Amino acid sequence: MKARFLIPLAVFLLLIGLFLVGLQLDPREVPSPLIDKPAPQFSLPDLQDESKTVSTEDLKKHKVSLFNVWASWCVACRQEHPLLVELSRQGVVPIYGLNYKDKRPDALNWLNRLGNPYTASAFDEKGRVGIDWGVYGVPETFVVDSKGVIRYKQIGPITEEAWQETILPLIEKIRAEEG
Amino acid sequence: MLPELGNFALILAMSVALAQGIIPLIGASRGIPGWIAFARPAAWTQFLFLLISFGILTYAFVTNDFSVAYVANNSNTALPLGYRISAVWGGHEGSLLLWVMLMGAWSAAVGMFSKRLPPEMVARVLAVMGLVSVGFTAFVVFTSNPFDRYYPAPVDGRDLNPLLQDIGLILHPPMLYMGYVGFSVAFAFAIAALLGGKLDAAWARWSRPWTIIAWVFLTLGIALGSWWAYYELGWGGWWFWDPVENASFLPWLTGTALMHSLAVSEKRSTFKSWTVLLAIFAFSLCLLGTFLVRSGVLTSVHAFASDPTRGVFVLMLLGIVVGASLLIYAWRAPQVKSAGNFALLSRETFLLGNNVLLVVATATILLGTIYPLILDALNLGKISVGPPYFNAVFVPLMIPLIIVLGIGPLSRWKQDEFGRLAKLLRGALVGSLVLGVIIPWLLFGRFDLMVIVGTTISLWLAFTIFLDLIYRSRHKTNFWKGLVGQPLSFYGMSLAHLGVAVTVVGITFSSYYSLEKDLRMAPGDQLELGGYLFRFDGVQSNHGPNYTATEGIITVSQNGKSIATLHTQKRIYVVQQMPMTEAGIDPGLFRDLYVALGEPLGDGGWAVRIYYKPFIRWIWLGGLLMAIGGVLAASDRRYRLMAKRKAGSVSAKLAVQES
Repeated sequence: MKARFLIPLAVFLLLIGLFLVGLQLDPREVPSPLIDKPAPQFSLPDLQDESKTVSTEDLKKHKVSLFNVWASWCVACRQEHPLLVELSRQGVVPIYGLNYKDKRPDALNWLNRLGNPYTASAFDEKGRVGIDWGVYGVPETFVVDSKGVIRYKQIGPITEEAWQETILPLIEKIRAEEG
Repeated sequence: MLPELGNFALILAMSVALAQGIIPLIGASRGIPGWIAFARPAAWTQFLFLLISFGILTYAFVTNDFSVAYVANNSNTALPLGYRISAVWGGHEGSLLLWVMLMGAWSAAVGMFSKRLPPEMVARVLAVMGLVSVGFTAFVVFTSNPFDRYYPAPVDGRDLNPLLQDIGLILHPPMLYMGYVGFSVAFAFAIAALLGGKLDAAWARWSRPWTIIAWVFLTLGIALGSWWAYYELGWGGWWFWDPVENASFLPWLTGTALMHSLAVSEKRSTFKSWTVLLAIFAFSLCLLGTFLVRSGVLTSVHAFASDPTRGVFVLMLLGIVVGASLLIYAWRAPQVKSAGNFALLSRETFLLGNNVLLVVATATILLGTIYPLILDALNLGKISVGPPYFNAVFVPLMIPLIIVLGIGPLSRWKQDEFGRLAKLLRGALVGSLVLGVIIPWLLFGRFDLMVIVGTTISLWLAFTIFLDLIYRSRHKTNFWKGLVGQPLSFYGMSLAHLGVAVTVVGITFSSYYSLEKDLRMAPGDQLELGGYLFRFDGVQSNHGPNYTATEGIITVSQNGKSIATLHTQKRIYVVQQMPMTEAGIDPGLFRDLYVALGEPLGDGGWAVRIYYKPFIRWIWLGGLLMAIGGVLAASDRRYRLMAKRKAGSVSAKLAVQES
């Protein structure tokens, strides 16, 4: 057995090890340490109007709101977007956006093109706020109550299943709590 | 009762597959004829049980048996019958059942069409396929059983994902799976040849038609998926470098390399251990794709319900299958002797260039696909690798590939002369350079470097294909006779290569010269785009069996003549309350007109997206040509000829004639 014929096997074993670690880290399965903790404070310029700011205080104005991390470069956000637009059209829940590591013209163009479901979008060009919030990838969605506490975190696009089975019941529950 | 029988049939299929994987293998190594002969009937029996199982699941869908959890989750009484049948593979469990059923079909086909192969070879090939089949059937039975019951049964089902309620998606998964599973045949041949120690021209010749057919299915599957994304997702895009798309593209690239490398192994008896490795890689990438898609380690637009136990299971399967085959490779491949040698300027070199470029392309795309996972695993943060990376690395690799592709078929095996090739090709070179500049300018009135490059290499490819045709027919007494005298495999190759040129033209023109406009339109508003006048005639309500829709109507006219009325819908599927966009498209060979309805903007105005996409059909037309080319090549009579004679003794003689 010559050593060089073992190279493919060695590379493959390395890859398998990597995938094993990857499975442990499975981002969809790991709950955020921030759940049931106060949302990290932030204050960022409004995407659409630089003179205004969007901050944690805005989230607290509502009994419950969604905080959705999005970017124009993110493919999965496109998949999620029609659902957000539909929710905003029906006025189910206020949705705030965190426009993450994006360019302003691209982001505005995206909203013009696909519809703007957001009450307001915070413009997080450098991604600092995203780091505070423990954003793994885009899109992510947080459910925040009126005390500014994060109640749930959805990693990846909001699926029909997650919406019907988890997020919507939770929103209704929070509304009931607040009376 | 029936679903339990289906489950039972599935378990029986798994047991038969286990026997099919063990008994013939022992028989072949010990030389026990009865055990060797066991392989074929076992493969057929296994297929029969899988067919029964699949049939029962289909029946449950047709009869709306919502006591079966999988049916309840993926169907609904309002769903039309056609979609109820396609819903069988609309979710994770059922699509895996389709996968194992198709795997059984390939095994049965190998058993059927291998009458002239040495019995030990057939036994080993079917045994390897049986073992792979055990793994996948066990995956279905233990982690993803489609026959699990709900008790009490729900009154109605949760409906099929609206994205999947479409003809493109009915055909896309079976095609893709036929391709994935088909590569298991090439894989099994490679492992069987390694085990038997007979890595010769005959092995390469047997593998070739199977590999080509698998590749044809994969090509069609990818093309269908891309076409579906184009008209169904409503963004007018046709390829997104999404992990799941990459998962199908990686085996395609490797499979393409494998087909060409098999040609060298067959004709020249070199590259053999490399070819074996490619066969292992191609199938491994199919398995890897399955892992990436089903385990949820990567975020993708293709949402399959992910479950960590499934991820672990597929990873184990991947580890065992690929690890074992690479171990066999490391053990056996050093004994393989390459017979032929070749000069630097020869067809072997060009095919080697093809292989290197395709494998490098595979590696870079694989890297881009799993890079987010690598960073995540090493705790270096989370990133998303997007189309900019893939386009930047992939395009520069494809340009030299296509240039080489033009020369390869015209070059000679073993040794060629630079002068001869230069003389033969200079006309094509000058012609493609000149026309490559002129044609885009005539069509679009602009000069863009990448468009000139794209057009030039496509023309170069097309010219060299016709040169080849003329060159091969010139010695015959009459040109027509020369043309007819060429083998089918030659026409297949030429057609497939022409398909590449056609696809490149489609990609180049549609990416550089598409026009798009997002605007607010009220009834009566007009817009001119690409020489066409679009008039918005307002919206109307509409409904289908399981959705309600708002339908926008846009009339298109050119030079004052009305040429099309486009209907674009925003649908809300009742059960899942999921909004969907249906684009309105007027297709054409040279341009598509594409409209999609956006959001209502008040005062009767609507957001409307209008695209003019030149030559976009060529992308899929090229894919179709490649697939037809593959079918022609695989049906060449020498493969049937080989089947009629005793294998082995004749292959050497044929190889000389063919070259």
